[in-house]
Amino acid sequence: MVEKVLMKGNEAIGEAALRAGCRYYFAYPITPQSELPEFMARELPKRGGVFLQAESEIASVNMVYGAAACGARAMTSSSSPGFSLKQEGISYLAAAELPCLLVNVQRGGPGLGTILPGQADYFQATKGGGHGDYRLLVLAPDSVQEMYDFTLLGFALADQYRMPALLLADGALGQMMEAVKLEGEPKPAPDKPWAVAGRRGREKLNVVQTLALDRDELEAHNRALQDKYALVRRNEVRYEALQTEDADLVLVAYGISARVAKSAMAKARAKGLKVGVFRPITLFPFPEEALFALAKQTNAFLVAEMSCGQMLEDVERVTCCQKPVHFYGRTGGHLTNVEELLERIEQIMAGKAVR
Amino acid sequence: MGEKLYAITEGLQDTPMHYCPGCHHGVIHRLVAEVITEMGLLDKTILVEPVGCSVFAHNYFKVDAVQAAHGRAPAVATGVKRVRPDAVVFTYQGDGDLAAIGCAEIVHAAMRGERFTTIFVNNAIYGMTGGQMAPTTLEGQVTTTSPDGRKVSHAGAPIRMPEMLATLDGAKYAARVAVNTPANIKKAKAAIKEAFSCQLRGDGFSIVEVLSACPTGWGMTPVAADQFIGERMVQRFPLGVIKAEVEADGT
Repeated sequence: MVEKVLMKGNEAIGEAALRAGCRYYFAYPITPQSELPEFMARELPKRGGVFLQAESEIASVNMVYGAAACGARAMTSSSSPGFSLKQEGISYLAAAELPCLLVNVQRGGPGLGTILPGQADYFQATKGGGHGDYRLLVLAPDSVQEMYDFTLLGFALADQYRMPALLLADGALGQMMEAVKLEGEPKPAPDKPWAVAGRRGREKLNVVQTLALDRDELEAHNRALQDKYALVRRNEVRYEALQTEDADLVLVAYGISARVAKSAMAKARAKGLKVGVFRPITLFPFPEEALFALAKQTNAFLVAEMSCGQMLEDVERVTCCQKPVHFYGRTGGHLTNVEELLERIEQIMAGKAVR
Repeated sequence: MGEKLYAITEGLQDTPMHYCPGCHHGVIHRLVAEVITEMGLLDKTILVEPVGCSVFAHNYFKVDAVQAAHGRAPAVATGVKRVRPDAVVFTYQGDGDLAAIGCAEIVHAAMRGERFTTIFVNNAIYGMTGGQMAPTTLEGQVTTTSPDGRKVSHAGAPIRMPEMLATLDGAKYAARVAVNTPANIKKAKAAIKEAFSCQLRGDGFSIVEVLSACPTGWGMTPVAADQFIGERMVQRFPLGVIKAEVEADGT
């Protein structure tokens, strides 16, 4: 029997990180993710690991940079305003091709915003966030179980592709408690012959750096990064499609909003409305082909997210105007709401919706 | 055949440096490399380099290296040293990097008593970006962003970093040296050796500030720049050991 434990989403990330062999966690407190650093502060020293609370988000992400340069499985976490501060370091991590796990337990913005949940960091997570042409491998859990599973997966994929992975959660997932099966074997970290260690008899020097003043060299590096991202696009697309086969309307939602969408779908189906749910699990790589194909068989899409329409732009982009794409969003810390979503579904299906 | 009196140290790569004529980075690189080599640490040393003129220091030192974002070297070095406590770690940072944008990182690394060594090269100017005013620019000193000379009423007085860091319990060794004369070079090497010894003992954070010439940025000949250090810089930045604490269980 696999152990099933009731735990908070933020703690499930910590539990999985320990299981993945992460022994270096660099923290800065911010609501609503503080249970994660608190969990790591308790648990890491017991396992010979290092928990360190830094002076800022900027410092903590640069500590990850140093630890990852040494080949360690390292991580940091934050929430929206703090995650913005990490963007400089994330650009460097991506440029230096250092694997690590980043966690953003999103809250509402912009600015200091609110401590309540939000999903308005989608652009930042999927389109770069910091300067330069780079991508993160972005995983979007919709349950406490997936907070656990995708933490394991994130470390494995980060090491496999030598790039930072981002677990993009939100305050609702971070704070809510659900039963979690503590299973799934983590992929052990591969050999990292590039890691700095001091030479230790090695003739060749290992140098982790991101500056290339020679334009051909930097362009070649950018091309290599893009080739890697293309490989990620080919191999790592993950999504969930529920009752989309006969659906006249497909709800597209990720994270906590996908849970809301699934509830709204059940209610709509009970009313005889043919509604499906398409849930991107990887936000980068975005499930482009699956959504494009779906656009051929359904009549319309309804994107639901806790933002003013960010993933919406990707859905519009990849469905190429084949079918109408409607939008339902809440912000300010409000969750997307089953009743409101159902109302939108009914309006659209009655042909009364204005896009 | 004569006796070979001078040779490149094992700690440096045998390659031309990109630094300007009269710049002190070359001398400082050499001193650090000599100390690391003589202490037998070459094989386990990790350099964390800054953004600034010494951003390519990994091309010169014969050690593993991590290039940090501007000012973040102390945070990166913290991550490195926490993963590799058996390695000898040093950051090499300029005054813009350490005393301006990276002020929080160096202060908190010192506060935590991180067991790495910082070589702080103070040339009172942003050299790489073309000679702008730094936190360490002297009062009245003309730079491209203080064209009428630094005014204390407007920009404040130059910051003395080792003195400030020495107030923190975690900082165990702090000194300021110069390399503008042969005598000062000898003292500088001794201080650098003390700083690495402090790290090896595991006492805490160690820093050596090195007053350094930037003839290009200062608009001086190399000789005049050396004189400027001896006559002007040392008045604001006095040379000497500011703090040297050996832990009770140290050797």
